[in-house]
Amino acid sequence: MEMEKPPSKNPLQPTRIRAQSSLLLDAWHRLQRDKLAIAGMILIALFLIAAIFAPWLSPQSPIAQQLLLRRQPPSREHWLGLDEVGRDVFSRIIYGSRASLQVGLLSVTLAIIVGAILGAISGFLGGWIDQGIMRFMDILLAFPGLLLAIAVVSILGPGLMNMLYAIAFVSIPVYARIMRASVLAVKEQDFVMAAQSVGVPQTRMLVREILPNCLTPIIVAGTLGIATAILDAAGLSFLGLGAQPPMPEWGTMLGEGRGSVFTAPHIVFFPGVAIMLSVLGFNLLGDGLRDALDPRLRM
Amino acid sequence: MLLFPVLIGISIVTFAMLRLIPGDPARIMLGEHATEEAITRFRESAGLDDPIPVQYWRYLQRLIRGDWGRSIARNEWVTVELAQRLPATIELSIGAMIISCVIGIGAGIISAYKHNSVFDLVTMVGALVGVSMPVFWLGLLMSYVFGYRLHWLPPSARLTVGVELKTIAEAYNLNLSGPLGGAATSVLSFLSNLYVFDSIVTANPTALIDSLKHLILPSIALGTIPMSIIARMTRSSLLEVLSADYIRTARAKGQHERVVLMTHAMKNAFLPIITVIGLQFGGLLAGAILTETIFSWPGMGRLVVERILARDYPTVQGAVLVIALLFVVLNLLVDLSYAYLDPRIRYE
Repeated sequence: MEMEKPPSKNPLQPTRIRAQSSLLLDAWHRLQRDKLAIAGMILIALFLIAAIFAPWLSPQSPIAQQLLLRRQPPSREHWLGLDEVGRDVFSRIIYGSRASLQVGLLSVTLAIIVGAILGAISGFLGGWIDQGIMRFMDILLAFPGLLLAIAVVSILGPGLMNMLYAIAFVSIPVYARIMRASVLAVKEQDFVMAAQSVGVPQTRMLVREILPNCLTPIIVAGTLGIATAILDAAGLSFLGLGAQPPMPEWGTMLGEGRGSVFTAPHIVFFPGVAIMLSVLGFNLLGDGLRDALDPRLRM
Repeated sequence: MLLFPVLIGISIVTFAMLRLIPGDPARIMLGEHATEEAITRFRESAGLDDPIPVQYWRYLQRLIRGDWGRSIARNEWVTVELAQRLPATIELSIGAMIISCVIGIGAGIISAYKHNSVFDLVTMVGALVGVSMPVFWLGLLMSYVFGYRLHWLPPSARLTVGVELKTIAEAYNLNLSGPLGGAATSVLSFLSNLYVFDSIVTANPTALIDSLKHLILPSIALGTIPMSIIARMTRSSLLEVLSADYIRTARAKGQHERVVLMTHAMKNAFLPIITVIGLQFGGLLAGAILTETIFSWPGMGRLVVERILARDYPTVQGAVLVIALLFVVLNLLVDLSYAYLDPRIRYE
C-alpha cells in the first residue's frame, strides 16, 4: 500500500474520539439538509408508529371476518375495503407493518452481526482464515439472493421466523465483504500502528480501535439492506414460504388476494403500496446516509 | 481462475440441500407415497449408507454424466424438464433486459444531459420508486389494467390457446438419428422452446406476433428494477464524464454535441454501466421466480416454486444448480467484457 494516506490529525486517542463524534455530527447536519432523506425518515417513522401502536390505530381486528361483506371495495366504514374473506384491509396493513419491519430490522441486524464478525476476522487476521471465509462467501454470492433464501426456507420449513433467518443468511456475505474491505483499509492507518507500538493486545485493537472506524459503510449498507429484506420477505410470503395465514403480512396479503385481482383489485393494490412506501423510506434514508457519511460515494 | 472452486461450492450446496432437509433422503427423493421396499432398494442402489464424502463424489460424477435424477412430481428426467423450462426463462430475461437497457440507458442519458430539468427529476423519482416496488405486485396490477380492463395485451401465459407453433424438427421434417441424433434432438427442442426464435425459424408470423405480445407485460415487470438502476447509473456515470477536460476540449474544437455525447462521453461512461447491467442480469434470474408465478410463465422460476411446494426435491436441486451456474457464467462474462471495453484492464 504505497498510496498516499491522509495525514492523521493526532494519533492520541482522546482527539480521535472527538474527531469521530464531530464526523457523526457533521453527517447529521448534512442529513438534515437532505430533503429526500427527511422524506424517507418520515415514511419510516410512520410505519414504526403503525407497528408499535397497531392495536390502537387499527379500526377493526385484523383477523375478524365479515363473510357477508367479502371483497367489498373501500367505503367509509372500511377505508381500504375488505379482503376475500371479509377482513378489514386497512387494519391488516397496519398490523402487517409489524411483520415486515420485524423481518427487515432483525434479519439485517443478524446478518450484520455475523457478517461483520466474519469480515473483521477475515480482514484482521488475513492468511488462510481470510481465504477460507471469503471463498465461502463467494460461493454464497454465486446464488441469486432470493433463490438461496427460497432454498433455505425449503430446508427450514415455511414461517415468519424461518424466513427471517433465511434472509439474514443470504445477506451475510454482503456485510462480510464490506467489513473486510474497511478493516483492511483502517488496519494500515497510523493510529493503528501507534496503538500497536504501545502494545495494545490484538483483540482489544480490533474491537476498540479498528471496528469503530469501520462502521460507516456498514450503516449505509444496512439501511439499504432493510429495504431489500422487506422486498424479499414480501416475495417469499407471496409465494407462501413466509408468514402463514391468517397472520397479517403484506406479502401474504398479496398472495392470498391474488385470485381476486380481477374482481376486487383493491385487495392487492393497498398492501403493495404499503410495501413500496416502506421500502422507499429505507432506500431514501440509505441514499441520504451514504451522501452524508461519505461524500465521496455520492451517486 | 476463481470459477472452478465456486462451481465446486455450488455443487456442495445443492448436494447439502437434500441432506439438510429433515427426514430420510431416500423418502424425500422417492416422494411420500413410496413403499418401504422401494426405499430400502433406493438406499442401497444410491449408496445412502456410505460416508458423506463418498456420496458427494458419486453425486458429482452423476452430475457430470448428466444423470440429475428423476422428478417426483412428473416422473420425468430432471434434465428433460429443465431443458423445457429454461428457454422460457431465457426468453423472458432477454426481453426484460432489452426493455430495461433501452429505456434505462436512454432515460439516463437524457437526464444527465438535461441535468436538473423536470425530465431529470421525474426520471430520478421514477427510478427510486422503481427499485422500491415489489415486481410481483407491479405484474399483478399490469395484468389487471392492460390485460383485463383494457384488453391491450394478454395477461398471462406464453401463447394464446389455439395459436399453433410447430417445433423446428416438425416444421422441417428433420429425422434425427445416428450417433449425434440424441444431442441434436435436445438442442433442437431447446431452441424450439424459445418461442420467438422458433416462430421466426419456422416462418410463422402469427405465432411470432402472439409470443411477442405475451412477452411485453412480464418483461416490463421483470425489467423495472434493472431499468431503474441502469438509469441511475447511466446518469451519474455520464455526469461525471461530462465534467472532464477532454469533453470541454471536444466541445471547444466545435465537435457536434451529439458526437460529444454519444461517442466521446459514452465511451468512457459505459464501463460502470456494463458492470451494473451484468449484475442486474444475474438478479433477473431471481426476479423471474416471482414474475413467472404472476404471469403463469412456464420457466425455471415457476418450476422451483411449484416443486418446492410439491416437495419434488430432485427437480428443485437441479433447477437451483442451473440457475446458480447461469448466474456465475453471466458474472464471468461481465468481468471478461471489462477487458474488452477498457484496455487498461488486463487479466492474467
